[in-house]
Amino acid sequence: MIAHAIFFYFFSVIAVISAIMVTVSKNTVHSVFFLILDFISISCLFIMIGAEFLGMIMLIVYVGAVAVLFLFVVMMLNVAQQKNQWFISKESSGHIPVGLVISVIIFFELIIVIGGWKHKPELFNPTNLSITKELTNTHSLGQVLYTDYIHVFQISGMILLIAMIGAIVLTFRQREGVKKQSYLKQISRERTEGVEVLEVASNKGVKIDD
Amino acid sequence: MEYLNIVFQETYKILFLLLPVLVSVAMIVWLDRRVWAFVQKRRGPNVVGPFGLLQSLADALKYIFKEIIIPASSNKVIFILAPIITMTLALTAWAVIPFSESNVLANINVGILYIFAVSSLGVYGIIMGGWASNSKYPFLGAIRSAAQMVSYEVSIGIIIINVLLCVGSLNLNDIVLAQQSMWFIIPLFPMFVIFFISALAETNRPPFDLPEAEAELVAGYQTEYSGMMYAMFWLGEYANILLMCALGSILFLGGWLSPIALYPFNLIPGAIWLIFKILFLFILFALVKAIVPRYRYDQLMRLGWKIFLPLSLTYVVLTASFLFYFNLLPTI
Repeated sequence: MIAHAIFFYFFSVIAVISAIMVTVSKNTVHSVFFLILDFISISCLFIMIGAEFLGMIMLIVYVGAVAVLFLFVVMMLNVAQQKNQWFISKESSGHIPVGLVISVIIFFELIIVIGGWKHKPELFNPTNLSITKELTNTHSLGQVLYTDYIHVFQISGMILLIAMIGAIVLTFRQREGVKKQSYLKQISRERTEGVEVLEVASNKGVKIDD
Repeated sequence: MEYLNIVFQETYKILFLLLPVLVSVAMIVWLDRRVWAFVQKRRGPNVVGPFGLLQSLADALKYIFKEIIIPASSNKVIFILAPIITMTLALTAWAVIPFSESNVLANINVGILYIFAVSSLGVYGIIMGGWASNSKYPFLGAIRSAAQMVSYEVSIGIIIINVLLCVGSLNLNDIVLAQQSMWFIIPLFPMFVIFFISALAETNRPPFDLPEAEAELVAGYQTEYSGMMYAMFWLGEYANILLMCALGSILFLGGWLSPIALYPFNLIPGAIWLIFKILFLFILFALVKAIVPRYRYDQLMRLGWKIFLPLSLTYVVLTASFLFYFNLLPTI
């Protein structure tokens, strides 16, 4: 049990410290790297409580895909300088109260959920799920998602799909004067179109463009 | 005392896995260059040691004694971290590869997801290296490579789903054991081809080596690296290639199973069969490097998103309906 505790505190200390560093560090790219470290240590915590599927999915989805996009945006936009300006200039101080209000709201929501779960367990009744102890948690997750709640799952999938298409439609604009390559043209080009063998009479030459 | 015993045992096991992997990475570099040379009617490295086998060792020695140059305007911590991360991740993924039914370092339930997760983390070594160098070519190379790896991971993930539908478990040993009657390369042959091509793209191998396209980007994200740090990128890259070969042979070629389950073949231990399959796939990798010209970047992206993704998704539907219709779905 001691080893378990040591590992738990190791990962949670790293998670907390890196979460603080995300907001504290001056360089934006560094904060994204700390965010990634945070994701990784939290997925380690997931694995430690036996939710190995969740931990791995967290690594694949958040670290492998979402954080890469974050990094891209931060590196390309060069937010590092902007962030410094926000702290220096006067009008930026308007952000801080809003942020405080939102964080207080989130904090109370967390307290309500965790307190309710601790003291009124009948509010959250998971017994109607068909979870058995013999199955691995990948199997039982699959059963809950794809068998018990298949319709809800499908609907949420549709909503996500619509959101995705909506985002693409909103940001997509047709630009004028952009040259595009047509793959079909490139692939279907035959040798006869590109090469022509000519009998060249000596001292006369050929006109190519005819 | 008990803890110490466990720790020593595990360390011994890890060393016993790590040293062969590192040595085989060195050998595989030699094999790669050799195959490449033979295709082009050259001889390749043949001076150091018998058949030039020790060439990689000599190269490694040279890299160790070279000076490590850190650019003045680079972000030093991240610059040094990048090759370390690349190599560590490439080696950690080997922990779950089964060499026989009992001979596996960590026989975890979600082995295939673990490999997938670790290989998707591999992109960070490259992004960090490219960004921390604070120079044009590494940055462009890193961006290219990150976009490429993220897009091809999607199709690899869906191909893995195909295999998992037939197995019903995420454990690598179960995947191998499910192929006892028939290797998955037979029913899932199109997926094997797509997996092979995606693996080439995922490991930045030619014809998809755009991140280090020397004609455009000097050496991509490795441009500013020198000495041992460059060698670590290199080692990590080849360890990743070997890992992809191992993954391919476990998913499609029956892993440590012998091709014919009869008397004389059964005597050969599973590890040997797995090594043979990995070598077979690797020689294919090397041949592709020698034969195929480099892709253009937009062609690469189109291949990943517009061809491989729909194809593999369709195949998932096909596999699932086939299994469902003939009542072949694996039970828990």
